[in-house]
Amino acid sequence: MAVNNTMASEKSASNTLRVRRTVAYVVLGIISFFCLIWFYMLFINATRSNAELGQGFTVIPSTHLGENLKNLFHGTIPVGNGMINSLLIASLTALLSTYFSTMTAYSIQVYNYKGKNAIFTFILAIMMIPTQVTALGFINLVRKMNLEDNFIPLIVPSIAAPITFFYLKQYMASNLPLSLIEAARIDGEGELGIFNKIALPLMKPAIAVQAIFTFVSSWNNYFTPSLILHEDKKKTLPILIAQLRSADWLKFDMGQVYAMIAFSIFPVILVYLFLSKYIVGGVTAGGVKE
Amino acid sequence: MSKSNLVLVPTNKAKSGQIDKLNRWGYIFLIPFMLVFIVFQLIPLVNTLWNSLFENYMSGLKKVGPNFIGLGNYIKLFQEGDLAKYFGNTIIMWILGFIPQITISLLLSAWFTNPMLRLKCQRFFKTVIYLPNLIMASAFAMLFFTMFDTTGPVNGLFIKMGIFKEPYAFLLHVGSTRGLVAFMNCLMWFGNTTILLMAGMMGIPVDLFEAADVDGATPGQVFWKITLPLLRPIFIYVLITSLIGGLQMFDVPQILTNGSGDPMRTSMTLIMFLNKHLFSKNYGMAGALSVLLLIVTGVLSFIVFRMTAQDEVKKNRR
Repeated sequence: MAVNNTMASEKSASNTLRVRRTVAYVVLGIISFFCLIWFYMLFINATRSNAELGQGFTVIPSTHLGENLKNLFHGTIPVGNGMINSLLIASLTALLSTYFSTMTAYSIQVYNYKGKNAIFTFILAIMMIPTQVTALGFINLVRKMNLEDNFIPLIVPSIAAPITFFYLKQYMASNLPLSLIEAARIDGEGELGIFNKIALPLMKPAIAVQAIFTFVSSWNNYFTPSLILHEDKKKTLPILIAQLRSADWLKFDMGQVYAMIAFSIFPVILVYLFLSKYIVGGVTAGGVKE
Repeated sequence: MSKSNLVLVPTNKAKSGQIDKLNRWGYIFLIPFMLVFIVFQLIPLVNTLWNSLFENYMSGLKKVGPNFIGLGNYIKLFQEGDLAKYFGNTIIMWILGFIPQITISLLLSAWFTNPMLRLKCQRFFKTVIYLPNLIMASAFAMLFFTMFDTTGPVNGLFIKMGIFKEPYAFLLHVGSTRGLVAFMNCLMWFGNTTILLMAGMMGIPVDLFEAADVDGATPGQVFWKITLPLLRPIFIYVLITSLIGGLQMFDVPQILTNGSGDPMRTSMTLIMFLNKHLFSKNYGMAGALSVLLLIVTGVLSFIVFRMTAQDEVKKNRR
């Protein structure tokens, strides 16, 4: 009897599991559809001419992608420059931000000194304060430093990134054995050398995740750059998109409009497909261990 | 903990001096952060506070001020009445987006981390749901603007399918404009939230789930009684960071409505308001608005700090 009961309940358990699995796949399918459909529609529309676009949506792409892109690059909006500017700013921001945030986390994690916990508390307390609330003072400062139309005020401030710091500090707490550092000290390695050669490589998964997060937020950033960059050749892609929006867009060739949006979105998607291993794998490998 | 004590507990005076020397590196490694923080955050903050106390704006081409007027800008800001309206807009659009966002994220992260379900193609799904977060918000808003236009493909498809009889002007109606902003925010952030929550769920010991399974707990019970309570710190972190992010809402409504916040400024957010003041060189009012935003976000950060981050500081003490 007892044996029969367990068998029956195991069978029904595996049945409910199958149902739950099916529900999960269906929901995931619907959600994936809503994530991807926009980019599919964007791709289709970017390949069609203005006249074709006027005739409503089709499922199959047309043949005018090259033409749209050519028109875009010969148009009045400096897209090529915008792309280079955006790439440069976002890459340098990701690099500086993660390197120095790891360094700050390392200072709090590894050393003991007076005021350490006060500083840690302070960084966590200011962690959430948005940059926008100091934008006014920031513009005034940049103007006084004569750094308008310069990339420095968009890159250097990312060195003090409390959220990146917090993530890295948490990862470090469970993934950086202090005995390793002590061993390196006994081997006569300098403190900066230990940080660069031992701590940084061990932090790689977390750094990769944060580098992507930082790159994305810098790449997406429209608010601050639009206050700092005024010269057409210095503008980043988000500012150019805003410019496109504020122009009397109906006069535009819609094929070009879609090509411009596609141009600012698809390169990132392509790069992401290669890097997704780091973000998905990186988070699942490390994450917040207690 | 005990290991680290072994490393740093001095055994004699000579060694103690050596350790002090080592610990000096702690200060050195802090320098870049502190320097950049003081120059690019603290000085601007003080400057913003200072500016909020001065009458300073452009009247046509003529510059008025700066004249010291104390709290005059704050009084004016409250009396004009727009502030409450824009605060309301921002919060409504945040809530509309956050509720589906957190629901989907909790569900997906529970599924992905469930050892019983063993979902296939997880890598694919995670890649897909995180994708919208990478998309430049302004480009995404521009895309939605063209897609949901009266002549755009969404209207075209809906008419073809017989759902709409005639094109619906999404951006001329309050509900659909706010709905679009909320939908885009949800779409862009639920993948990110899922990944954060998953990291938290992976931290829950597997034997807890196994024990619950042996005791015959249903998946619902496991979720509400084990996963959620143990997830509390990271959940609160997600909630407050999202709220603070919501208060910063700017790119999507700005591009979607071309900075107008139309219809009738019902999708104008606080930061769009600030941006407007900054661009018209209305520095007194911009300063006062910034300080108010600083106070609100400051209070919110303090809450999250007391609930989660403070434990981190305690943990770090040794």
